[in-house]
Amino acid sequence: MYRYDEYDHRILAERVEQFRDQVGRRIAGDISEDEFKPLRLMNGLYLQLHAYMLRVAIPYGMLSSTQLRKLAYIARRFDKGYGHFTTRQNIQYHWIKLEQAPDILGELAEVEMHAIQTSGNCVRNTTADQFAGVAFDEIEDPRVWCEIVRQWSTFHPEFSFLPRKFKIAITGSPHDRAALCVHDIGLRMHRDAAGEIGFEVMVGGGQGRTPMLAETIRPFLPKQYLLSYLEAILRVYNQLGRRDNIHKARIKILVGAVGAAEFARLVEAEWQASRNEDLELPAAEFERIHAHFALPPYEALPAETPAFHAKRFENREFARWVRTNVSRHKQPGYAIVTVSLKPEGGVPGDASDRQMEAMADIAERFSFGEVRVTHEQNLVLAHVKEADLYELWRNLGFFDLAAANAGLITDIIACPGLDYCSLANARSIPVSQAIGRRFADPERQARIGELKIKISGCINACGHHHVGHIGILGVDKKGEEFYQITLGGSADETAALGDIVGPAFAYDRVVDAVDTIVDTYLGIRIEGERFLDTYRRVGLQPFKERLYGAR
Amino acid sequence: MTQEIVTANRLRDGAVVYLAPEGYWSERLADAVVVEGEVAAAELLGTAEAAVKAQIVVAPYRADVTLESGLPVPRTTKERIRSRGPSIHPELGKQAEGQPA
Repeated sequence: MYRYDEYDHRILAERVEQFRDQVGRRIAGDISEDEFKPLRLMNGLYLQLHAYMLRVAIPYGMLSSTQLRKLAYIARRFDKGYGHFTTRQNIQYHWIKLEQAPDILGELAEVEMHAIQTSGNCVRNTTADQFAGVAFDEIEDPRVWCEIVRQWSTFHPEFSFLPRKFKIAITGSPHDRAALCVHDIGLRMHRDAAGEIGFEVMVGGGQGRTPMLAETIRPFLPKQYLLSYLEAILRVYNQLGRRDNIHKARIKILVGAVGAAEFARLVEAEWQASRNEDLELPAAEFERIHAHFALPPYEALPAETPAFHAKRFENREFARWVRTNVSRHKQPGYAIVTVSLKPEGGVPGDASDRQMEAMADIAERFSFGEVRVTHEQNLVLAHVKEADLYELWRNLGFFDLAAANAGLITDIIACPGLDYCSLANARSIPVSQAIGRRFADPERQARIGELKIKISGCINACGHHHVGHIGILGVDKKGEEFYQITLGGSADETAALGDIVGPAFAYDRVVDAVDTIVDTYLGIRIEGERFLDTYRRVGLQPFKERLYGAR
Repeated sequence: MTQEIVTANRLRDGAVVYLAPEGYWSERLADAVVVEGEVAAAELLGTAEAAVKAQIVVAPYRADVTLESGLPVPRTTKERIRSRGPSIHPELGKQAEGQPA
């Protein structure tokens, strides 16, 4: 993991004291809410339905056990005993008091954490593949580049007041687990014909009220030019992006308006004019950052672990969990474990202080003291010995963390929705809980196979509904909650935006509608098809007929 | 005629509060002053603006209610959740403190 130097520590300490002073002046009445609001937002502090909400940055989703324990402590001491992991790989606390916020930032600074770049029209926390560094199909570890982007973008004076917020995601694997296509910039590392590693640069993706998939503006950018090329993109956006209308201010609108080819030309022209050696990282600095992401000291193990396979035969529940929540690791004898934060009836992404502390302990015991947050609101232990999997699974079970559903229908993304969020039109969480209960039967979930449901409580789409295999969007109809359903969205390397299936469903009808969709799929799927495959083969019509035919 | 109250979040802790008689702010919806008509509602919001200037509350606004057994009841899901707490956590928020729905 990246560790702060003296300079980083000093910046954070100063920042905490600045914010303490700003809060003090606000409470004393020396500054108005209009003056204070941008200052608190720059420190991740929002005002929501029941209290202030603090969004804490988790750069590219990486946490040490020490940091996770601090997050647990904050949940217990300053919140109501829990936190919510988000689709941005961050954590939010929903019951924060303004007067305590500086103390919380002080606590975070002790473990090299903060809430910078979690709000405002700046380059936000860069997100990454949660299997970074360990995926068997990976070409290069994207975290090194995420950290480089973080250091370049934090407090970047030219890009602190962009037309709108700006999100970058990076992956080093061909299989996209980081939803690149719905980011302002998606960076995919791959090799060119000569075997050199570089980035495919995709620009202009995003969800919200105008969903768009990012388009490739440069198929291959040699690695050393990343920062100067990003700077060129941001300069073009900063100059030409719209500032007159918040709904048209994201880079996707600009790319859509001028076209990807013209946008690429503008970026290329800016890049040729402005690039200079100052933005080419010296090899020594790259190596310094790279060293922070050295893989842990793995043991040399045989590729097969007979005791692990024996346990799978002995214990069906364990076998089921292994099938869904354990992924292939590049190191022989090791595995990647997805820890589901979607237990039956639970709140997607929520973890109690006790669960966070348990995860910190478990990570220390089984995975070199490191935990990752996924954009699908789960946690990952990236370095578990296959021989330890059974014991790990038992330990997770003690803390309600052993749900065997990663990638299945109950592994739902849900934004906080109207239960917490002042932007929301409808609740998301109770809908996800109801779907979770309806499909709780593990046999049925296994039969349905991979199916990603994503729920947002408003058109801002924090719950990624546009790219859900089944997407659910909460809307307000005269004070009543309704839900619009989309089908066929996808956030991976075959990215697609979902198609609206028809008129919205009332709150108490939405779970039945999902059930009907699943039932329709099971009835028409061909052997070996996943939901998305079937949908792509047959389209909306069969689902429409079943859902609305009787009307 | 529509009945209205004025609500806001308290500056120091963000708690949901309602404008009560004599310019006090209460965490209980039951304490809220209920008014009818544009003139009365605008006047009530004016009182709230003074509390903004005094660093007591943030972002006050008018919300529609209906009166049931003499007590104000929110008309939208959003205001119902604000007055009670998250629907998914009956053990948290105002609802946990025994406040009426």
